[in-house]
Amino acid sequence: MPEAEPKLRLQNVVKKFGDHTVLRGIDLVVGEGEMVCLIGASGSGKSTLLRCLNGLEPVDDGEIFLDKLDIAEPGLDLGPVRQRIGIVFQSFNLFPHMNALENVLLAPRRVLGKTRDQMMGDAEALFTRFGLAAHIHKYPDQLSGGQQQRVAIIRALAMKPEVMLFDEVTSALDPELVGEVLDVLRALQAEGMTMILATHEMRFARDVADRICFMDGGVILEEGPPDIIFSAPQEERTKAFLKSILV
Amino acid sequence: MVAGCDQRSSRQIVAIPLNRREAYEARQKKRALIIATISTVLVVAMIMILVPMAPGWEQVKKSFFSSEIFVLSFPKMAKAFLLNIAIFAWSAPLVAIVGLLLALARSVRSPALFPLRIFGAAYVDIFRGLPVVLVIYLIGFGIPGLGLPRPYNSPYIWGTVALVLTYSAYVAEILRSGIESVHASQRAAGLSLGMSERAVMWDIVLPQAIRRVVPANMNMLIAMQKDVALLSFIGPVEILRQAGIFKSLYANFTPYVVAAAIFLVVTIPATRYADYLMNRQRDARS
Ligand SMILES: Nc1ncnc2c1ncn2[C@@H]1O[C@H](COP(=O)(O)OP(=O)(O)OP(=O)(O)O)[C@@H](O)[C@H]1O
Ligand SMILES: [Mg+2]
Repeated sequence: MPEAEPKLRLQNVVKKFGDHTVLRGIDLVVGEGEMVCLIGASGSGKSTLLRCLNGLEPVDDGEIFLDKLDIAEPGLDLGPVRQRIGIVFQSFNLFPHMNALENVLLAPRRVLGKTRDQMMGDAEALFTRFGLAAHIHKYPDQLSGGQQQRVAIIRALAMKPEVMLFDEVTSALDPELVGEVLDVLRALQAEGMTMILATHEMRFARDVADRICFMDGGVILEEGPPDIIFSAPQEERTKAFLKSILV
Repeated sequence: MVAGCDQRSSRQIVAIPLNRREAYEARQKKRALIIATISTVLVVAMIMILVPMAPGWEQVKKSFFSSEIFVLSFPKMAKAFLLNIAIFAWSAPLVAIVGLLLALARSVRSPALFPLRIFGAAYVDIFRGLPVVLVIYLIGFGIPGLGLPRPYNSPYIWGTVALVLTYSAYVAEILRSGIESVHASQRAAGLSLGMSERAVMWDIVLPQAIRRVVPANMNMLIAMQKDVALLSFIGPVEILRQAGIFKSLYANFTPYVVAAAIFLVVTIPATRYADYLMNRQRDARS
């Protein structure tokens, strides 16, 4: 991986919910175009970490550099940061009162000040590319889970982010729909998008990730290339976790 | 098996085939209808027989149900009701606007705007805690009593203000409950795209919230439509006051019955419609 200029650099990131410390000092470097998968038991803090990266949760301590900008700086205007770092959620969170196209166009129009006409070309290209050209005018409740999740991804991509975060984006899907969403992720990786995924899809993580980070108790306990992590983990906790899910 | 099929196809010729459950439900429905009809007829018949037997009936009939006075008073009563409708028509949009502003004030998250939230909460508590008629008296007599010059001491203005103050408090609470019923993940989705709090509220949360509370707000408007009559206490000759004038003129209570009939003609369809919306929403959600 190109080690020159990391896209994201986290230093000792701490996040508390009241007395409960969920992230206990996360250090992580993500290179441009790299795909990093976060794995770990439920409650280990994967979602919280992603939400902190996107500014949905304020961090209590530590630094998060996006290029040279410390986005953990308290009081920083998060709007521009969130444009640069998109996030897709497990539960899609499409806006139910808007059709697929309106879902995608809303933020570019409100935030980037683009007109519908300016955005139409880009939006249609994205829908076509991810096999949704026929569903542009459908409402979320008329789409399958896999289709909704692809619309959610398009919605995030329409902001032209530099980094994309994916929080268990296939966990709410029926097994036969998982593939179509993973294909989208592969396509994004191929075009050089910097991505961080929290995932329970170990096969997928093993196949496509550049690096695996095993989270445990609010820290990244072990990280490395998928081959090493999956076949020769060093930490006992990693071994136990992998054993528990791979039986 | 074969016999069953035969039966089915032979019945198909006659009418749409009912399956077992549908046939059962049709029987139940028919029974319920018969019972309801019989009991209604019985009750009405009893009223028609028993009430005239009461010693004061002749008197009550004369003073409440005089057809002559009904006909005499009806045109002017209907015209007075137009004033109720007019007052309602200009109050309702004001209620919607003030109610929305209050709901937004109570929903702001920024710590800097905390005083706004306090104001919203106090307003809502005060005006939901007072009888409408008391607010109408206090504002309708109190403010013109300050000696305001001519157009500004009109009971129309201050009566409207009193109605708007009271009902916007209720509408604000309904809207706020709608705003809170929109799941936090919707807000997160909007913010994560770089949208401002304001844009998230306006484009994502409010449209969903307002849709959910339309039936509840319809009921609020129906209540307000009736309470327009309370302005009669401070002056405007709307339907209730007109009825009072006729009552004195004819020494007869029939005009009040006329007023009641006119109200029902409007409120029954409106409440039915609100119920219909409410049911449709409940069905859509389940
Ligand atoms: N808003 C919140 N308030 C309080 N505690 C929270 C909040 N969000 C998360 N937590 C707590 O933080 C811890 C980590 O949660 P998180 O959702 O990040 O875990 P996760 O690794 O994503 O788990 P999963 O695999 O189940 O998604 C949990 O103990 C959770 O209860
Ligand atoms: Mg999670």
